[in-house]
Amino acid sequence: MIEKIKKEWFSNIRGDILSGMVVALALIPEAIAFSIIAGVDPMIGLYASFTMAVVISFTGGRPGMISAATGAMALLMGPLVRDYGLEYLFAATILTGIIQILFGVLKIAKLMKFIPRAVMIGFVNALAILIFMAQVPHLINVTNITYLFVIITLLIVYILPRFLKVIPAPLIAIIILTAVAIVGNVNVSTVGDLGKITQSLPSFFIPNVPFSFETLAIIFPYALALSIVGLLESLLTASIIDDATDTDSNKNREARGQGIANIVTGFFGGMAGCAMIGQSVINVKSGGRGRLSTFVAGVFLMFLIMVLGSLVVQIPMPVLVGIMIMVCIGTFDWSSFKYLVTAPKGDAIVMLVTVIIVVATDNLSIGVIAGVILSAVLFAAKISHVKMHKQETSQGYNYAVEGQLFFASVDSFVQAFDTTIKNKQISINFTNSHVWDDSAVGAIDKIALKLKENQNTVTITGLDSASKKIVDKLAVFPKQNAKLSDH
Amino acid sequence: MYSTILLAIDGSKNSLRATTEAVKLASLQENAVITVVHVLDITQSKYDVLHAQGKADLELTRRKKFLSMEEYLQSNNITYKLLFLHGEPGPTIVEYANQKSFDLLVIGSRGLNSLQELVLGSVSHKVIKSVKCPVLVVK
Repeated sequence: MIEKIKKEWFSNIRGDILSGMVVALALIPEAIAFSIIAGVDPMIGLYASFTMAVVISFTGGRPGMISAATGAMALLMGPLVRDYGLEYLFAATILTGIIQILFGVLKIAKLMKFIPRAVMIGFVNALAILIFMAQVPHLINVTNITYLFVIITLLIVYILPRFLKVIPAPLIAIIILTAVAIVGNVNVSTVGDLGKITQSLPSFFIPNVPFSFETLAIIFPYALALSIVGLLESLLTASIIDDATDTDSNKNREARGQGIANIVTGFFGGMAGCAMIGQSVINVKSGGRGRLSTFVAGVFLMFLIMVLGSLVVQIPMPVLVGIMIMVCIGTFDWSSFKYLVTAPKGDAIVMLVTVIIVVATDNLSIGVIAGVILSAVLFAAKISHVKMHKQETSQGYNYAVEGQLFFASVDSFVQAFDTTIKNKQISINFTNSHVWDDSAVGAIDKIALKLKENQNTVTITGLDSASKKIVDKLAVFPKQNAKLSDH
Repeated sequence: MYSTILLAIDGSKNSLRATTEAVKLASLQENAVITVVHVLDITQSKYDVLHAQGKADLELTRRKKFLSMEEYLQSNNITYKLLFLHGEPGPTIVEYANQKSFDLLVIGSRGLNSLQELVLGSVSHKVIKSVKCPVLVVK
């Protein structure tokens, strides 16, 4: 136990502290921008990033992963904040935590691996599109100087990392352009126009909402959506970190840990959060491996806000818009265009439908659920059908079966045969098929016996060993004088 | 002669040529073993994980990329193992090579991305600078 704590916390102290600080610097602009997407004060996202990171560094299942306020979650909570106010957001955040703990305890988190990859690709693409769309209002009917700031930000974040890797480029963009705006007295909107920054630690309070069934009815749909989306992004992130660091992680513990972190966050006036792919990648790239890196990221972020809070309000909005555009470009899976062409048609459709439904409903969870249902339906439709290839030979017919033969697909198998033919040699080939159950064997029997009744000879070829076993055990047609009624 | 050879590949044409040279050297020596390593950086991890359905599928798609190379090694009766390492390609190869002692490192001279090379310098160049064993760069 102590051995494990030592390994997860203190095996990479120098790397973890440095990378944690880098992540904290990279987190600040994103936490502020995601707060603006959710329609809340920047402090809500900053507090959330602090409490999420610190709590999950103890409770999470994936050391080295960074959790904080995220775009995916911020996008979901917008309507709740707009219609009911901040207190309901805190209450929903706490309920999200409770649902996620339940998911963890019931081991539902593990089931998430069954979410088809087409849905996951659709999810990240839709997320990128939604974050981008949230930036559009900041780009319409604005001054030329705003566009200039956005463009300079983009140039800095894309060109600078080629030469300077230690300090996150978005932070440098912020420092330079905030200085320019202050010194040059440039007229651009700032973070301060959209909310206040308080230079104090978050404090514990109980959300001021009526404890009634009505409240629950309002927040439950939001909490459920937040729970699903939060776990989805976190488990995807965890799998990426698992792979990149060649280690394993406990997904159910991550679900429970995120639940605890969200409960704490809600009670300390933060918005629900989850793991972030981008920040976790930065952490691993900067040498972070252990829980200490996540902890340092949270603490250092809060420290910076306490010290520099008065400067944060002066950050020009277009810089944040530029950084968000960079986040979109980094989130979007650009190979998707190739995927649409090369992937099986069904997968491509599922991916597109997931994206379209998310964009249409503005809700990531609805898109994911729709995508999962659609791929289940397509899978069932595909598997409940066998393809039959009929070929005429000199003595009769060859039938080749393609697909899974079981109770749901026997109809398409039986219908393919013409049982009225007489005195022919019929061969049925199962090389591209598998016989699953007694309904399948029954169907083969039925066809074979009917054909035999009309003085045809029937041979079965190409059965794989498992299929052969079940056919040998159950089939009656090979026996002399076998009749349909024997079955 | 060279009995333990480390072959670093990235799937490019030059790394295929490096493979051919490594096979030639390994054929000279009985009991020679080629350790083939391919380094995946975190961007690749991100892409691969998103596009794979679970761990087994991930492993399979990665191995598939090097199927023809494995067949080539097998057809020449070479004893080899194929490893996937994670991290920045240059430092990761150096770390692995210095950790175990190899008689020789074989590496292709130019990787896939020429734009990156222009800005960041080539992987093989970085490797040559800090690896302890002799290096054969194949162009």
